Amino acid sequence: MTDKITVRAEAERLFAFFKASGAMAIDADLLQPADTLLDLYGEDIRARAYVTQDPNRGEMMLRPDFTVPVVQTHMEHGGEPARYTYLGEVFRKQQADSGRATEYLQVGYELFDREDPERADAEVFSLFNEVLSPLGLRPATGDIGILKAAVETLTTTDRRKGALMRHIWRPRRFRALLDRFTGRDDMDAARKALLDRVAKDGAGTVVNAGGPEIGLRSREDVLARLAHLQADAAEPPISRSEAEVLDVILSLRETLPNAHQHLRDITVDLPGMAASVDRMARRMDALAAAGITVEDLPFEASFGRTTLEYYDGFVFGFVAEGRPDLPPVATGGRYDALTRVLGRGQEIPAVGGVIRPELVQQLREGLA
Amino acid sequence: MTLKLGVPSKGRLMEKTFDWFADRGIDMRRSGSDREYAAQVDGADVDLVLLSAGEIPRELQAGRIHLGVTGSDLVRERIPAWQDVVRELQPMGFGFADLIIAVPAFWVDVNSLDDLDAAAADFRRRHGHRLRIATKYHRLVREFLRDAGVADYQLVDSQGATEGTVKNLTAEAVADITSTGETLRANHLKILPGGLIHRSQAVLFKSRTADWSNGNKEILEELTERLHG
Repeated sequence: MTDKITVRAEAERLFAFFKASGAMAIDADLLQPADTLLDLYGEDIRARAYVTQDPNRGEMMLRPDFTVPVVQTHMEHGGEPARYTYLGEVFRKQQADSGRATEYLQVGYELFDREDPERADAEVFSLFNEVLSPLGLRPATGDIGILKAAVETLTTTDRRKGALMRHIWRPRRFRALLDRFTGRDDMDAARKALLDRVAKDGAGTVVNAGGPEIGLRSREDVLARLAHLQADAAEPPISRSEAEVLDVILSLRETLPNAHQHLRDITVDLPGMAASVDRMARRMDALAAAGITVEDLPFEASFGRTTLEYYDGFVFGFVAEGRPDLPPVATGGRYDALTRVLGRGQEIPAVGGVIRPELVQQLREGLA
Repeated sequence: MTLKLGVPSKGRLMEKTFDWFADRGIDMRRSGSDREYAAQVDGADVDLVLLSAGEIPRELQAGRIHLGVTGSDLVRERIPAWQDVVRELQPMGFGFADLIIAVPAFWVDVNSLDDLDAAAADFRRRHGHRLRIATKYHRLVREFLRDAGVADYQLVDSQGATEGTVKNLTAEAVADITSTGETLRANHLKILPGGLIHRSQAVLFKSRTADWSNGNKEILEELTERLHG
């Protein structure tokens, strides 16, 4: 059992490192309004965060992360570019049998910079790499932007692309959608029967026969979706060859330079991927310039897909090898879209990450 | 200490529980006046504890009762990692009810969880908030929808008259217990195909956390033999 004082000292050390690297210290309330977090993360956050009730302020959550309040503070008051660091508790419900901590310290670093996103990615990664280097952790990197670009290049309707984009963070659902759009799965019988009826009797009649209009989802909403379903049924499937390329990208696991080369070759057939592969190349150069040995750096195209986070570009993690019982010691990534959602019309490219000091402390003790 | 058995304290569930045990040679009855919450067991070395069905999961979890009769839905909803805490000794064949997702019948475009997910995405875009599902079974519904990959919904709490929430514009869909579907139909709702979350019935549960020493284990063995008898 590591005692809290020792962990706190480790956290202070990491915090001091980030401050010395030029970040401004920032703090956030322990009680966060639940509606912002719920709107952002969906119902899943309720399973992971502690919700409490205040008769005046409504539902509040015990801070499940710093990212959201830090982005909010920055967008209200911050100049640009800005570097922030923070130290404090976060609270997460855990599975009853997992034995994982429900309350722990996080030390984080967030960088808001419009000028050169790839250099910013490299700055954050190399800082984490430097402060964690004595622990001999295994780094992992990925790029959700590559996956998004791959979906964007598919020859199909915006609606289908939109459905795939929406589920990039849910691999199983993504797969099911892809199988349907490529015709690997047949249209289900109920859908077919419905479309036959609509073709025969007209959409209005079919909806009226269903029952009276009740609730906020209106008759108009139902008719609009029926029209989409009809249009979609008339669409040709996504071609097998395109789906195969997507599979290749999804399962790509290589060193960063090899992964880049592989993706570069793919852009010959899919020129739409070129911009994001160029970004990857610039990031690789920026990482090398920051002193990272990119030749050995692992790249996994699907890394970061299963987290709750809002990452939509570069993603990274540091894990203790041979300790599958431990969560990652550090994780981070780019979350431009999150700033767009929170900024109500404004946005600022942002990248950052968090370290769990109690794991750092535990691993250092093991080394000593 | 004697073996404690928690049973529902009133209504059909209590009667059916008493009948079920009587069929297996164990006579239970309420002692004293009808309003008194005490009970007796003849033919087995057991203390009967009368409790509200909703409290039985908590008592099993705390180990304050050794055995308990309650709905399988309540145990799954109220006890995290329930298999580690209680064991299903015997399904009892009554108290059947299905926890299902229901949507307005005129949503002819929604006939699967896939459809629900797509409709929720459109709804959020058009109406500016997530599609609301009214329920009191938060854990079961959330886990079910997460496994199905449904996004863009939110749960709103409803402890009763859940079927009316759609008409009252406090939810767009519901997740609730139904046995015949009558109330759903009367409220112009239909069961979503693929939206069966759990088939519930009354089950005799054993607490893993209760004290099984002092002969309680032997009493249980004797009891189970008679129940299977």
